[in-house]
Amino acid sequence: MFDKQVLDQLALSEVEYGMIVERLGREPNHLELGLFGSLWSEHCGYKHSKPLLKMFMSDNPRLLVNPGDENAGVVDIGEGLAIVFKVESHNHPSAIEPYEGAATGVGGIVRDIFAMGARPIALLNSLRFGSIDKPHNRYLFDGVVSGISGYGNCIGIPNVGGEVVFAESYTGNPLVNAMCIGILRQEDMTRATTGGEGNLLVLVGSGTGRDGIHGASGLASRTFDDDRELRPTVQVGNPFLEKVLIEACLEAAASGRLVGLQDLGAAGLTSAAVECAANGNSGIQLDIDKVPRRDTGMEPYEVMLSETQERMLLTVSSENLDFIRAIFDKWDVECSVIGKTTNTLRTEIFEDGVLKGDLPVDILTDPPLYVIDSIRPSYLDELHSFDWDTIDIPSEGPTETLLKILRSPNISSKHPVFRQYDHQVQTNTVIAPGNDASLIRIKGTTKGLAASTDGNGRLCYLNPYIGGIIAVAEACRNVSCTGANPIALTNCLNFGNPEKPEVYYQLENCVRGMAHASEAFESPVISGNVSLYNETRDQAIYPTPVIGAVGLTENVGKNCDIGFKNEGDVVFLLGAESFQEPVSTLSGSEYLEVIHGKVAGNPTIDLEMEIKVQKACRSLIGANLLNSAHDCSDGGLAVALAESCISGGLGLKASLPDVERWDVALFGERQSRIIVSFSPEHLERFDLICSENNVPSIQIGMVEARSFTIEGLVDLDVSKASDTWHNALEVVDLSY
Amino acid sequence: MKFGVVVFPGTWSDKDCFYVIDQVLHQPVEYIWHKDTDLTGFDCIILPGGFSYGDYLRCGAIARFSPVMKSVEAFANAGGLVYGICNGFQILCESGLLPGVLIRNDHLQFRCEWTSLRIENSDSPFTSKAEAGQVISVPISHGEGNYFADSATLDEIEKNNQVIFRYSSPEGCIDRENNPNGSLNNIAGITNREGNVLGMMPHPERCCDPLLGSTDGEVIFRSISDTLLKLTS
Repeated sequence: MFDKQVLDQLALSEVEYGMIVERLGREPNHLELGLFGSLWSEHCGYKHSKPLLKMFMSDNPRLLVNPGDENAGVVDIGEGLAIVFKVESHNHPSAIEPYEGAATGVGGIVRDIFAMGARPIALLNSLRFGSIDKPHNRYLFDGVVSGISGYGNCIGIPNVGGEVVFAESYTGNPLVNAMCIGILRQEDMTRATTGGEGNLLVLVGSGTGRDGIHGASGLASRTFDDDRELRPTVQVGNPFLEKVLIEACLEAAASGRLVGLQDLGAAGLTSAAVECAANGNSGIQLDIDKVPRRDTGMEPYEVMLSETQERMLLTVSSENLDFIRAIFDKWDVECSVIGKTTNTLRTEIFEDGVLKGDLPVDILTDPPLYVIDSIRPSYLDELHSFDWDTIDIPSEGPTETLLKILRSPNISSKHPVFRQYDHQVQTNTVIAPGNDASLIRIKGTTKGLAASTDGNGRLCYLNPYIGGIIAVAEACRNVSCTGANPIALTNCLNFGNPEKPEVYYQLENCVRGMAHASEAFESPVISGNVSLYNETRDQAIYPTPVIGAVGLTENVGKNCDIGFKNEGDVVFLLGAESFQEPVSTLSGSEYLEVIHGKVAGNPTIDLEMEIKVQKACRSLIGANLLNSAHDCSDGGLAVALAESCISGGLGLKASLPDVERWDVALFGERQSRIIVSFSPEHLERFDLICSENNVPSIQIGMVEARSFTIEGLVDLDVSKASDTWHNALEVVDLSY
Repeated sequence: MKFGVVVFPGTWSDKDCFYVIDQVLHQPVEYIWHKDTDLTGFDCIILPGGFSYGDYLRCGAIARFSPVMKSVEAFANAGGLVYGICNGFQILCESGLLPGVLIRNDHLQFRCEWTSLRIENSDSPFTSKAEAGQVISVPISHGEGNYFADSATLDEIEKNNQVIFRYSSPEGCIDRENNPNGSLNNIAGITNREGNVLGMMPHPERCCDPLLGSTDGEVIFRSISDTLLKLTS
């Protein structure tokens, strides 16, 4: 029997150890236990999340490969092309070592994508930190952004978008979620499989070192308090090797001579090899001494569990070995046969001919699954019954209030971040970061892909089910604002410790909300990642599902960004028939937190209206009527209007008649609203398309030269609003 | 006329440059692997952007030892047109085909953003179809684009009109405010003394398509093909 300390290091419970002994019919040795620790971790085995993930629909005519069968689902986009995409977290490594944590997060998600034979064409990332005015949070923020910049820019994939959010709950536990989109010709698709018995296992890329051992089990699957001891478990990235690995692997995939291709991510060689064996319904025999090392004296245990980056596992038939080897030689990438596939259905690990570990593949890949009896957190009732009468209308007036919100780190321009990322390489970026979603063209076709990542921890905290729906709705709305139709989703579930019934309640209900919205939008969830145990000193983060939505447009030339284009264009609000909204639309708003220091209320959404509004927006863009479209979300109507002014370098003359409370009208965050602008000559066709879609709309005003005015409320020079909004993130006072 | 686009391990603007020559200029173009040494039949060699050899040690410092570079040097010495963009500029400086060096941006960050470039010299084979003083909008994407040279070298390249592009305001004003990386004299691109080797940090291949927001980069590629046409006709 192993002592508790060893089991803790592997994040296995004593009950789970008992299960292993019972199913094996013997005690595992140290190496074998290490394999179980990795594959039965939350990170690889999805012990707490798998039963919930079954709620996501995976039935859609566009799906060429079902999610779950592979690293990611594969989506048909016509003309023989398909896309794959996925978002993945690197939260815990980034908390410990922000630069390398974030850098290797990018590297990992990119390998997931080219493992399927797809060329990576876009990166996005969703980042969350504690308050930016605390020095340690600033350090994490700067380190993470530099890490993404340092790794991503080197590998030639445009970083086209994402989000950066600050909230106290992420102090000490930042969220770093990276997303990658890849495109492939359908016949070039590769799979993570051994293809049955009689093939060779070939390891390519970096020499294996001692870095990242226990990353999956120790780092990603439990909470931690003292991070110093864990620093060696964070891997160090080599983006140059990743870049040549991409080219060499894609050349190999396109040759049609690969049986299988799999990345080495969490749990390294262990998970790559065992997953391929499970998918190929075969056994594997690994000669661990054949694995090239960059460190001496490594034990088989260390080689199997190392998370050294920039490695891929290929399955090749012996007659194709020389051909494949020549490709890697050309790119100067190391390429070694390290084993073969067998018919035993076992994972056999040899060192110098001596059998060191021998485990059935099916037991390794069948971790126990847990369904926790959830308990509705008690804080919900209190926040839902919030007394809105306690919220006074700010005495400083609407213009000053707006400036304060434009200056808040969540609302202010993220240009200081995005300009550190190459967002143009590959020359496809039609709509750049800083808009609702980004849009890239697909060369050789008229198609375009729009992409957005979105999450709202505050709303999910206030109402996990509705928050889950809103996360999907907002991501899709962002995509629809470019003119593209959201066709598929990916997600990353960032939550606290799921063994706590209140946290499990949040997880369960967010997933339920997301699944419901995914069905309503007919956008399947094609991939995902789960990051649990996001807690520091017993305090869980906001429940934060991050949604990546990808949309398809058949005519990329017909698109919209958020900026106003011409003086004299009329500005309308889609999805509203008046400016009077209930005070409860301040629930979870930026205004409520920034101005009143409160996170309270109960958010709502009318999903049916949401879908109609998005469809109307896409139809209007498709009919070439619109000059701009901007999702009205964080910060409310006034902030969205200011952003359209700033982005277009133009002003607006608006009036919002008949409103009772100006703070609700300007800063309420009711969902399902889009601000559009167009030439007045299109008014009739605009009305027609709105009424065809049964969507209400109301005129806000007209684009003008320099000032942003809302009659009787706001009077602001656009250049002043622009300076405030642009400079806020850079001039944050650091009280070191 | 035939263009060659050199591919080092870690290069990533190769396909972008290829696309412009092929789909915008409609001229013959081929990739040249960095281990190849035969440049027969090529009229213009492009060294594209990227992170050759990861920019390890120093940007361009390892790539200059790639087998192809000896041939590029001979090609340049024979008067052939050599055009380095971004990492290509860094490699040309490292290999001594262009004077000066590119050091870390003065603010120490990577920058990807649009810049305005004033064309200083339209007598060059790379700008013959532009007007001197014309301002074009071209994006940069680099962490080490800060042009530096000792004062004697700087005087010389200024005196010989080797400065082809300077960072400027959209109106053409050359000042500190419109210098994105700290380059001496706002230098964005220079030629060698003979004028047949150009290096520039900005990426004109990224703005040759109205869908991407600008076609200002085309004037450089069209100048090259125009020059080659005159040479070969």
